[in-house]
Amino acid sequence: MKNGLGVSQNIVLFGGTSDIGCEIVSQMIQPGVANVVLVSRDIDAASARWANIMPDTSDVNVHHVRFDGQDADAMVDVVAEIVDEIGDLDVVVVAHALLGADVNFLRSPREAAVVANVNYGATMVLLLALGERMRQQGYGRICLLSSVAGARVRWSNAVYGSTKAGIDQFALALDGELRRHGASLLVVRPGFVTTKMTAGMKKAPLSTTPDVVAKATVKAIRGTGSVLWTPAAFRVIFALFRLLPESIWRRLPLG
Amino acid sequence: MTRQRISGWGRTAWTTADVVTAENAAELARLVSASHRRGAIARGLGRAYGAAAQNAGGTVITCAQDDGSTQIQLDVATGVVTAPAGISLDTLLRVCVPNGWFVPVTPGTRFVTLGGAVASDVHGKNHHVDGSFGQHVVSIKVLLSSGQEVVLSPTENASWFWATVGGMGLTGIVTEVTVRMLQVESSQVIVETRRLAHLDDVIGAMSDSSDDHFRYSVAWVDMLASGRTLGRGVLTRGNHARASDVTGNEPCRYDPKVRLAAPPWVPNGLLNKFTVRAFNEAWYRKAPAKSHVGLESIPAFFHPLDGVRQWNALYGSNGFIQYQFIVPLDRVDVLRTVIGQFADAGVASFLAVLKRMGPSNAAPMSFPTEGWTLTLDLAAGSARLPGLLDHVDDLVLDAGGRHYLAKDAHVSAHAVERAYPRLAEWKAVRDDMDPRGLWISDLARRLKLVEEHT
Repeated sequence: MKNGLGVSQNIVLFGGTSDIGCEIVSQMIQPGVANVVLVSRDIDAASARWANIMPDTSDVNVHHVRFDGQDADAMVDVVAEIVDEIGDLDVVVVAHALLGADVNFLRSPREAAVVANVNYGATMVLLLALGERMRQQGYGRICLLSSVAGARVRWSNAVYGSTKAGIDQFALALDGELRRHGASLLVVRPGFVTTKMTAGMKKAPLSTTPDVVAKATVKAIRGTGSVLWTPAAFRVIFALFRLLPESIWRRLPLG
Repeated sequence: MTRQRISGWGRTAWTTADVVTAENAAELARLVSASHRRGAIARGLGRAYGAAAQNAGGTVITCAQDDGSTQIQLDVATGVVTAPAGISLDTLLRVCVPNGWFVPVTPGTRFVTLGGAVASDVHGKNHHVDGSFGQHVVSIKVLLSSGQEVVLSPTENASWFWATVGGMGLTGIVTEVTVRMLQVESSQVIVETRRLAHLDDVIGAMSDSSDDHFRYSVAWVDMLASGRTLGRGVLTRGNHARASDVTGNEPCRYDPKVRLAAPPWVPNGLLNKFTVRAFNEAWYRKAPAKSHVGLESIPAFFHPLDGVRQWNALYGSNGFIQYQFIVPLDRVDVLRTVIGQFADAGVASFLAVLKRMGPSNAAPMSFPTEGWTLTLDLAAGSARLPGLLDHVDDLVLDAGGRHYLAKDAHVSAHAVERAYPRLAEWKAVRDDMDPRGLWISDLARRLKLVEEHT
């Protein structure tokens, strides 16, 4: 249960080794937080990472749950397992995703289905399972890490971008339904963030860091909005980009 | 039945529940048996500051909203009154005061129900003399989760009675309350007002034997004053005026009015360090430097904030919390430290009230114990607040103090376990009264007061 100061007792992170996800959750830790559940594919990696973030003296109970981002069938059970462990879900951050930057999808088209399943199909199942739980609870907030790459898709990251476009739109529609039952969802659309996911890639304009994205996201989770652009300038920039004819959009030197 | 978003009086931690209204006893029993797996809790007038009367995803049972004054049975000779638990102290006072009977205990608002007064075991400015509300209750009727209605009193089913007093509605729904009223000759209070330049003076004035000559005693404290004026305050103490003290031929005339309403939209941060500092300065200066004695009406003395409808909206959309704790009489040092830390942090409390409390009663979860209680209203939006309060919680708990659950919006389950030594005993009685595990609230979830069956 969240308290009157806006502190969430129970926080869940899908993608326990995600740079942005870890930064968001670690910035949410303050007096009043009781449980943090880290859901990851590689529990050892998540444990090692969180040993650095959370001192042993902390009052927070850290739980680890294993999941496979590709396994849509298992998502419902994963959510049930978390609820068994900690009870009501106050805030759930969904941060896991595949970028597939080093894959040539024209030569390996089957790889695209994996990315689509992790970022879209299985995540959709997850959001539905979380949404149903929060609908029953009568409160709760889901935070989905989307991307500006989904705001208008470019060939350079078309597989990733289009999955983000899909899950972003689905999540917004789900948010509308959840709000009728006291819960809500926040879609975060960061620009290019320097993380291990984007290591080695050429930085895009207005690139930012996990710390900056996390600060804005934590504030937005406390608030009531449905969409966060970070940096905020992207809201205006993409409002203009969306108006461009496809022929011009393709020629823009954005990488 | 409607799905509604609700919060406590502090307007924080909103959750959604199925809100149902029971028009009569049969319907109430039906609602109780029909409640689903996220449980149920009774809600009166929603004056608990935190999440005591809300139940996320479950059922919230409210009482009929009519005035109900015709259902009040007052024995004018003995002052024993029986009324449905959904009746407010406001209605009760309108019926009883003109007959020369006043409520034995009133909190700072008269817009609480009798059921809520029992469930929170409310206290008032007379705690040092008269104790809390539960001590004046003759008997109550409680609807259990089994659908059975039982009569409880200090002599009949005493353990169930005292578990319900201060039990935060988690033992059952109080449906009827019989309480012994206090005889008064007038509806006026003789009030002595004194300005005191430092916390030590406030403590001194409330500690000496003079305090026992006043049935009512409370001090307002300036939480932003520091250094030489740390904890300066205004002490007001009073007694009910005798008929001979007041003029006019209707000494018990009682006609409280709500004159103002807070505007519908207020920006967050209206009550900030600067506005509160200005208010505090004015309020302190307004009090006479020398002791002053005058007559005040019941609403002016007991329920000043009730004059402004929806004053809780003044904190904006972020809402506010009321932080109330108590420390033993000999731990004035903790009060001084806490007040100093708030002053240093510049965290503004629009309302800060200090009171010396008398001994505790037989209820395991009743808040008052002999000591000093300090009550602060704090805007909830501040990012520094969780850290500051966590630190203050530790000071309070280390001193053997505790927090008031009817106000609480932030302490941890661990804090309640430490501060209420009879918690386990209360839980055992509660489980006995509610084997179905029906009663639950958001407060109970956060503080793990009951075992949740999900």
